[in-house]
Amino acid sequence: MGKYLSKKLIIYLITFFVAVTIDWAIPRFMPGEPIGMLLARFQGMEGGREILESQFVQAFGLDQPLIEQYFSFWKSLFSGDLGISIYAFPKPVMTIIREAIIFDIVILVPAILLSWVVGNKLGAYSGINKKADNLMMPFFYFLTSSPYFWFAMVIAFVFGVRIGWFPINSAYGSTIRPGLTLSFILSFLHHWFLPFLTMFLVQLGGWAIGMRNMILYERSANYARYMESLGASDRLIRSYGFRNGVLPQVTGLALRLSGIIGGALMTQIVFAYPGLGFIMLRAIMNHDYFLIQGTFLFIVILVLVANFLVDIAYMVIDPRVRYSYSGEVS
Amino acid sequence: MATGAFWKKHENLYFALTNPKVIIGLSLFLLMILLAILGPMLTPYQYDDFAGAGYQPPSREHFFGTTIMGKDVFTRVALGLRSTILVGFIAGTVATLIGCIIGFLAGYYGGKFIDELLMMGTNIFLVIPSLALLIILSAYLQYRGIVVMSLIVAITAWPWTARAVRSQTLSIKNQEYVNLSRISALNLFRILKEDIAANMFSYVFMVYILQFSGTILAAVGLEFIGLGPTEGISLGLVIKNAFDWNAIQLGLWWWAILPGLVLTTLVVALYFINTGLDQVFNPRLREL
Repeated sequence: MGKYLSKKLIIYLITFFVAVTIDWAIPRFMPGEPIGMLLARFQGMEGGREILESQFVQAFGLDQPLIEQYFSFWKSLFSGDLGISIYAFPKPVMTIIREAIIFDIVILVPAILLSWVVGNKLGAYSGINKKADNLMMPFFYFLTSSPYFWFAMVIAFVFGVRIGWFPINSAYGSTIRPGLTLSFILSFLHHWFLPFLTMFLVQLGGWAIGMRNMILYERSANYARYMESLGASDRLIRSYGFRNGVLPQVTGLALRLSGIIGGALMTQIVFAYPGLGFIMLRAIMNHDYFLIQGTFLFIVILVLVANFLVDIAYMVIDPRVRYSYSGEVS
Repeated sequence: MATGAFWKKHENLYFALTNPKVIIGLSLFLLMILLAILGPMLTPYQYDDFAGAGYQPPSREHFFGTTIMGKDVFTRVALGLRSTILVGFIAGTVATLIGCIIGFLAGYYGGKFIDELLMMGTNIFLVIPSLALLIILSAYLQYRGIVVMSLIVAITAWPWTARAVRSQTLSIKNQEYVNLSRISALNLFRILKEDIAANMFSYVFMVYILQFSGTILAAVGLEFIGLGPTEGISLGLVIKNAFDWNAIQLGLWWWAILPGLVLTTLVVALYFINTGLDQVFNPRLREL
């Protein structure tokens, strides 16, 4: 059991290492001298050039050899120093990310969990009910094929503009001060609902289709036929099929995480929801390399942590993984 | 009868062409291809032409309405669809090829060092969020044509294919005829090609369809956030243009929603073909 997790952990550590290396390379190997370009852009600002130049020399260590720059990047990374944002000037990148990542989590966690559970239930139901199957499946195909950003636009148009029930901009009202007040929480939920709904619905289709196919497979498996011949109830056979079908769905969750988080970035852009995706887009448009570095790194960390949680869940659900790695069953 | 013999020989083709899902999917797909080829000829306008008054909802003159500036949305969509399909074709092919080569090799050497190495690389690519990687790759290249775009997308699209092909290869490689080829000292390339790839044709074909639609979605996503081809036109750019002009807030649904609907129809068509073929190749799924 420890062996299974440690094997996974090693993969994630290597991935993290690769990601940090890519991250380090972003501003250094970009064509067209991004740093020179930035300096030129801030030339008009009073003392701007000096501030930036000192910041760059200090942060990038541009006067040092590459290998030393690389090590000092790791060092500053572990001390939580990701530099200072350029477009939100004296704000440290770390602060911006800390404020933004909350908005990713409040959308992602409920959307992923709920759509997984609801999708599996609906899929299992349509696997045993032909009428429901014919009715729901085209809808699910449609959902799973829609690009996140387009679906977000449809939702925004229908619920935000045509019916006008929900706001489609930002994470809370512009006149409300963030805090633990009732009006803030209500405004937050009001803005939260549409991005959440988008993420929930687009994922729903994939889980339902996956579970439906698993149920069909399991129903024609030998054990199901055998149980049927023994006179077991349909309900019992179905529940066994469901339990078997859940496993590949958990693996599927791990495989899809990076796509889901990519979709969340798109959804945030449509709703101007200030999570990491929205920040990253802003950073790219403003050539804010510190912020690009920071957001990329934290998106990777988000995916890695989520993957690890799925691995743990898989281990809890599937006893075979536990046994095969602890030597109880050879 | 000659036709009867033909269908007997190509049994899978028969099941494919009589499968309702494949029929629906293929028809939709052909419709989209026709739209891409013939669509621009149906209107007298070019991509950037001012076709008439702005803010026009769909009508007989403008099938998909006009933009704020009075450009014909239908023309833009049809022209954009061309390059979007082209991106899917190039990127899907490249991604499938990379995935298959890595998957075949890793599967064939299953459990050996080279397998571990390839799978570790694949797993790393699988975990790193591809969209974030795509954003960074595209930001690197300041001049991006459609081919470059496709290659960028393909670089991040192959990992799941490699994993899937590997596990299929693992199950085939211990068959007796593969052992026989190995004993007769056939070279690796021929074993992979004749014994393993040939027996996975249907599987790889389905993977290809999924890659086709997956890479289209990735490319359009990149275009939407402004990292698409620097010159030329595409479906994602049309949608991005609409979004940037606040077409949603202004209620111009034909401009904001219809281009994406065409895109989604294309992806749904491919999905239908894929599931239909799945039923054809796996009879267990055919029952319901």
